[in-house]
Amino acid sequence: MRMMRRYSRDFYGGLLMILIGAGAGVTAAHYPIGTLADMGPGFYPLAIGILLALVGLAIAIAGGLSQGASGPRRKIDRRGGFCIIAGTLAFAVLGVYGGLVPATFAIVFISALGDRNNSLLQAFLLAAAMVVIAVLVFWWALQVQLPLFNWG
Amino acid sequence: MIQSLTDLWYGFGVALQPHNLMWSFFGVLVGNMIGVLPGMGPLSAIAILLPLTFVMHAVPAIMMLSGIFYGAIYGGVIGAILLNLPCHPAHAVTCLDGYPMTQQGKGGAALGIAMLGSFFAASVGILVMIFFSPVLVKLAFQFGPGDVFAIMLLGLVAGSTMSGGSPLKGVAMTLVGILCGVAGTDVSSGAVRFTFGIPELADGVGLVAISMGLFGVADFLLNVNHATFVGSGVKIRLRDMPPSWAEIKQAFLPMLRGTFIGTLFGAMPGTGPTITTFIAYALESRISKTPERFGRGAIEGVVAPEAASHSKTQVDFIPTMCLGIPGDAVMALILGALMIQGIAPGPQLITEHPDLFWGLIASFWVGNVLLMLLNVPLIGVWVKLLQVPYRYLFPSALFFIAIGAFTTDNSLFQVVEVLFFGIVGVLFLTLRFSVTPILLGFVLGPMVEENFRRALQLSHGDLGILIHRPISASFIAACILLIAVQILIRLMKPGRKPVIEMETHAQP
Repeated sequence: MRMMRRYSRDFYGGLLMILIGAGAGVTAAHYPIGTLADMGPGFYPLAIGILLALVGLAIAIAGGLSQGASGPRRKIDRRGGFCIIAGTLAFAVLGVYGGLVPATFAIVFISALGDRNNSLLQAFLLAAAMVVIAVLVFWWALQVQLPLFNWG
Repeated sequence: MIQSLTDLWYGFGVALQPHNLMWSFFGVLVGNMIGVLPGMGPLSAIAILLPLTFVMHAVPAIMMLSGIFYGAIYGGVIGAILLNLPCHPAHAVTCLDGYPMTQQGKGGAALGIAMLGSFFAASVGILVMIFFSPVLVKLAFQFGPGDVFAIMLLGLVAGSTMSGGSPLKGVAMTLVGILCGVAGTDVSSGAVRFTFGIPELADGVGLVAISMGLFGVADFLLNVNHATFVGSGVKIRLRDMPPSWAEIKQAFLPMLRGTFIGTLFGAMPGTGPTITTFIAYALESRISKTPERFGRGAIEGVVAPEAASHSKTQVDFIPTMCLGIPGDAVMALILGALMIQGIAPGPQLITEHPDLFWGLIASFWVGNVLLMLLNVPLIGVWVKLLQVPYRYLFPSALFFIAIGAFTTDNSLFQVVEVLFFGIVGVLFLTLRFSVTPILLGFVLGPMVEENFRRALQLSHGDLGILIHRPISASFIAACILLIAVQILIRLMKPGRKPVIEMETHAQP
């Protein structure tokens, strides 16, 4: 946190862009580059990667020069963020090992619990309602290729 | 001229077929609903419903997606005027005078005049599209790959530097988007690039996954437990809606000026809706004889930005449909939907798929009429909808996103991809990058590469091809001019912050 205060956020943003650009450039360099007249698959991503690293450098320099507060900070609520990520992962896992009904219930129930104002009962009811919608709209009417239950 | 009118007549025939009409209606209804719901924008709405179009015919699919877009902009004005809640950043300036009008008990009239102005502006935008498109298409047939590359470059430069926030960061995000578009199988050589050993990535990153991640999941992650959307006790009924004669007279000229600005900005690639509404508002307050009224409920400050955003929305479709070059993220998404349908965007679209092109234009009008019918008598229902709490909204929307991602290719890998882009989006947003240019870069990137490669193959590696032909040379010059102007503005006004934050797509 102390480091964040010394440099502005743009400095770190720029660094991230340099990293992504350099990473893309290095990966692209493994593919044939070719010449301007006959470009290989590596040419374009290499060029874009270099460009991104340069732009990132400019952002980082500008951010390093103007240090200090840079506006309000958007911070994730820890519980909410955790529940949304866990709920989505649960959908992906239960979709394979459980079927549509448990997957639907899990994603809605878990993510609803992420909001501090939802009670267990409210989350349960919301999840149950979405299961009904999932079965009626997606499984029955739209014929989504997920079995209702797929235990084992 | 006459040809355009007969084509339009044919378009109405397409748009009024019961099947197409039904999907248009569904689109504007969903769009309106999403526009009203706090914390949801047209981008997330289109992304969520995109998988549904895979099983549809192209014509109703595009009609529905477009309907969501302009429907959401209609709906957004309700929250902006009644609750001071801009669900879509373009409406932020509408709040400035719309909400004071509500506080003075004139909210109904403000809504009424905003909707009248919107309808007028949308109609003008549609007319411009009808008469301008065939001319543009005729021109476009003379474009070589170098010219197309130069035009796309201008779109990318304008889109990344002018959509709001820091221009440099916009460019960085566009480049990140282009890199995301590189992943998958290279069309020219067949080589598989940037898949990191994941077989599911051989077909590239999914358009649905990237857009739902960046505009859906990332928003939920940032807003959960922060968004305090409180429903107000405002009650608006049908009889509050008609504005008085004096108000209409007062709003008429601002409506014309707003429409003009919107049309102008719609024709320019890459200018976002927010900057358009902001300039329309700034112009009104600048030329007004009583500028002190602005911010305290001036009707001009409501109608001009709304008219501008609606004419821009319609004109936006011109470069997308005629050249295959989207001007902003929403258009990029609609273009992506077209390509998923197997329709190659470009100047040939209007002759190869006249039913799609003219049907779409006619459906704009039908959709706008439907929206007027939906909004004016049913205003009470929409106001109720404003009060749906966020804590019920986002878990349900998350489920729709997950199942939608799954259906794109019946694989749960897509759900993980959505989550990945959601987390990446949060990372960028907390570092104060705007994520909309990513989508523009993602959709345009592969086309830029293809045209660039072809142009240089034709010229045997001579980069001069880009400046020897008049069309590409003038677009390259426009790019350079645009960048030079941005640098000049920077140098002349050091440390000047943008007046309103344009990068947020959901207000905390």
